[in-house]
Amino acid sequence: MYPEDFRYTKEHEWIKVDGDKATVGITDFAQNQLGDVVFVELPEPGDKLETHQTLGVVESVKAVSDVYSPISGEVTEVNGELNDDPEILNKDPHKKGWIIKLKVKDKSELEELMTASEYEKYLEGLEEEE
Amino acid sequence: MNMNQEHLIFEISDKGKRGFTFPKMDVPENKNLTDDIPIREDIKDFPQVSEVEVVRHFTRLSQTNYCIDKGIYPLGSCTMKYNPKINEKVAQIQSFLSSHPYLNPRTCQGNLEILHASEEMLTEITGMNAFTFQPAAGAQGELVGMMLIRACLEERGDPRKFVLIPDSAHGTNPSSAHICGYKVKEIKSNESGTVDLDDLRKNMNKDVAAIMITNPNTLGIFESQIREASEMVHSQGGLVYMDGANMNALMGVCRPGDMGVDVIHLNLHKTFSTPHGGGGPGAGPVGVQKVLESFLPVPRVVYKDGYFDMDVNYPKSIGRVHGFYGHFLVVVKALAYILSLGPDGIKEASEVAVLNSNYIRKSLEKEYHLQYKAPTLHECVFSDKVQKKHNVSNIDIAKRLIDLHVHPPTISFPLIVHGALMTEPTETESKADLDLFVKAMKQIDKEARENPEILKSAPHDSYVRRLDETKAAREPRLRWKP
Amino acid sequence: MSYISLSQKDKKEMLKVIGVSSPHELFDSIPDDIKLGRRLKISGPKTEPEIMEYFTQKAHKNKNREYISFQGAGAYHHFIPAAVDYLSSRGEFVSPYTPYQAEVSQGTLQLIFEFQTMICQLTGMEISNASLYDGASGAAEAVLMANRINRRSKVLIPKTLHPHYRQVIKTYTKNLGMVIQEIEYDDSGQISTSDLKKHLDKETSAVVCQSPNFFGVIEDLDTISSQAHENKALSIAVVAEASSLGLLKPPGELGADIVTGEAQSFGIPLSFGGPYLGFMACQKEFLRQFPGRISGETQDVDGKRGFVLTLSTREQHIRRERATSNICTNQALCALRATIFLELMGKQGLKQWAWQNIQKAHYAYSLVKKVPGVKAQFSGKIYNEFVVQTKKEWAEIEEDLMKKNITPGISLEKYYPELKRCGLVCVTEVSQKEDIDRFAELLKDSLRT
Repeated sequence: MYPEDFRYTKEHEWIKVDGDKATVGITDFAQNQLGDVVFVELPEPGDKLETHQTLGVVESVKAVSDVYSPISGEVTEVNGELNDDPEILNKDPHKKGWIIKLKVKDKSELEELMTASEYEKYLEGLEEEE
Repeated sequence: MNMNQEHLIFEISDKGKRGFTFPKMDVPENKNLTDDIPIREDIKDFPQVSEVEVVRHFTRLSQTNYCIDKGIYPLGSCTMKYNPKINEKVAQIQSFLSSHPYLNPRTCQGNLEILHASEEMLTEITGMNAFTFQPAAGAQGELVGMMLIRACLEERGDPRKFVLIPDSAHGTNPSSAHICGYKVKEIKSNESGTVDLDDLRKNMNKDVAAIMITNPNTLGIFESQIREASEMVHSQGGLVYMDGANMNALMGVCRPGDMGVDVIHLNLHKTFSTPHGGGGPGAGPVGVQKVLESFLPVPRVVYKDGYFDMDVNYPKSIGRVHGFYGHFLVVVKALAYILSLGPDGIKEASEVAVLNSNYIRKSLEKEYHLQYKAPTLHECVFSDKVQKKHNVSNIDIAKRLIDLHVHPPTISFPLIVHGALMTEPTETESKADLDLFVKAMKQIDKEARENPEILKSAPHDSYVRRLDETKAAREPRLRWKP
Repeated sequence: MSYISLSQKDKKEMLKVIGVSSPHELFDSIPDDIKLGRRLKISGPKTEPEIMEYFTQKAHKNKNREYISFQGAGAYHHFIPAAVDYLSSRGEFVSPYTPYQAEVSQGTLQLIFEFQTMICQLTGMEISNASLYDGASGAAEAVLMANRINRRSKVLIPKTLHPHYRQVIKTYTKNLGMVIQEIEYDDSGQISTSDLKKHLDKETSAVVCQSPNFFGVIEDLDTISSQAHENKALSIAVVAEASSLGLLKPPGELGADIVTGEAQSFGIPLSFGGPYLGFMACQKEFLRQFPGRISGETQDVDGKRGFVLTLSTREQHIRRERATSNICTNQALCALRATIFLELMGKQGLKQWAWQNIQKAHYAYSLVKKVPGVKAQFSGKIYNEFVVQTKKEWAEIEEDLMKKNITPGISLEKYYPELKRCGLVCVTEVSQKEDIDRFAELLKDSLRT
């Protein structure tokens, strides 16, 4: 269920790289944990991000979650649709629910991230802990 | 619930209806008085209704509320104990109601004596040295407590940067620390549910101003190593703040002042029986050891040569947090409560609070999962882990309890227990009411296995059924519009 | 008197279920060396008649009811309709807590929704919260809110803002690296616009303006707001005497971005200073930075209208250290009193109420100004309070008048050393003509000596 061409973080962000551009969002697991999303706080195009820096905030009715940047780079585009329709994050977190696009600074940082199968194993591990 | 939907007052408003009239003016009227002042044309869409309509409106509205006067209200962390009616009566004595805050002390000796006597009672009960009544609620008390710590450390040369807060703490703790200019470092709870001393040792250093500790903690478990924790903090020059929200477990049994606590806030609307009022007014008085006394907010009530006075002459004071002296009428009620109970009654209150909670715990521990097995005092935290197997969550359990005519426990907190059901009956519940709650919870457990749908669609019989909180947040409608 | 509802039999059965022989065993988790081990040294127990006696005695030691008072300064003596006490003492309003379980708290949530609506209507703003502690902490929260919105760190606070409100703002902002700049007033008793201009700059987060101000003078909020906005700063309006909203142009029509203040005038007794009722309202665009509880409208599963606490992700129980405020318990029961009060008053009642206040105050003002040895300190237009300067020390005047059972109003010198021999006098609709006349007469007598 998790796209093969994405990479994943422990904090449940996904990143899809295309040349020196990347798209970032949160995973299906994350949106399920959060519940109905009511508001998304987005950064501005031009913002420079370090790895693990908070790029935005997702609010559901009962929870708030920071979204961390999986790699460092500069924000080129933000998904304005999320302002009017935050539910997109719940309905389609891997495609229409993308959060930001950024210009990649250092591709080697991607190697730190998990593949789809590694992420799925990671999720299984979390479920056992519960 | 067999009741018509109550309209909004604006929906029955119409021109020409009045609920109150004033006597004719006894001074000569100057019709041109406001000619050169910007005045409003109208108060658009403001209600116009009769007294009858207002009285019926609020009477009916009140009947849609659950309340302590109706039945058990085991909302964990809130100490929903019975509100004695004599306390309400004394708070309505005309002299208190009509006391202007700027009264000359000569003319309000009674009020000042009440504040002074209350301070004496609370210092004895908590083992502290002095109290301020300015904080209007627990959260404001926390803020004051942190400001006192900061002022003290500033005087020593370095306010420091961090405050340590257990991961089980109430949200007001980190929020208050932040407003005080501190960054928060979370301390882990160990498997017993108490503060992990190793984690504390690791994080305690000369950059840490204080630890904010709740005792018993939000799981209802006594932090038995609080003295060791306090010593660890003190040895590095830090101070110990105690969130006194759970004081109902300790009165007459032990005192925060004897545990190394430097500053504490109390919730008069929890431990000391003053009414919660649907969300206030409460009061969050703050008690301190001598080390922090000179920083307390001003004015302070002092007694000298047989006379009570308000003294502002404390140059190191952190200043004011309230327009006047805090919630005087709430203090009156709390003092009436303390005097009613006396030393043995106060202790009995805590003993029975702990008895009632343990009775519920024992009665339900087969059906409901307890994440932490350590002994608990006045409250305990179940979780929905067992019921989750049937896809039933703590929210569903809470909503079904409404059908069974009891108020649900606290469900959104503490954060370290998923699907929490924080249950605090308090000492004023009868065995019959405790059994009612236990019976309801057992029924729900059975329904979770046999008929989960009835839980997921609860409540069924209430004035409104389950409300759409998502819609409320996504499409905010925060006022009536025509 | 204890409020325990267990019989001896009950206790025995419960101990058996728990599996202990005595309730003391339940405290075994508390180390013995922490236990108190002695009886608390507090008074009591007292029975109900003794409690009544105790507090009645204390009330006798107060002498306040013997005086006719002309004190205001942030706490106002107004009439309270009988239905306010009657309805707000119902157990269903008094004894529940914050409406976390909305389905059984519709009474509280709907009344808050009505309160919010009326605050918006009165202030001319778009959004209101469910209340804050009081006017002073409201002013502080508004300043913190402005700082969150535009991230600037300087706030312009006029000397015409209530001294206690200024003190509370200072206490709240002290540890957050904010700079408080006080602004002078001029001979009219209003904010000096030239001093304001001098200090308004790119670092200014907000300008605070109380109207009617501490001196009772009506400020030119429109001009103040424009000046603030020219500098991209926010305009925070403070209302300490809420009855003025029945007559004066609302802050929302005078450029205010945030309105905050004290609603004690709406049916809350003087109570020796508390509990009172802070309120706050703002324009829609600032919603996410707005502090306090908010009741919002929604529907249940059957499509029936209902109300819930909403937008809670701004608040401490979710956002914790990044919350818009640490506020949890607020002033719900006081807000209930205000809601009942306002609905009884209605549009016409509020207008009539404010009209009587301004008329009676002006009657008193003109009478007092004619007393030899008294002059009006400020030239500005007033609502129901005014400042006069006398030939004698105000403390002496207070002595003389109190001998005749009148409290003349508060001395300003302790707050404003430059305002020597000045007093702040308040007249509301409860002041009788004969008492006002007598006040003026006694002032004359006092100043003759």
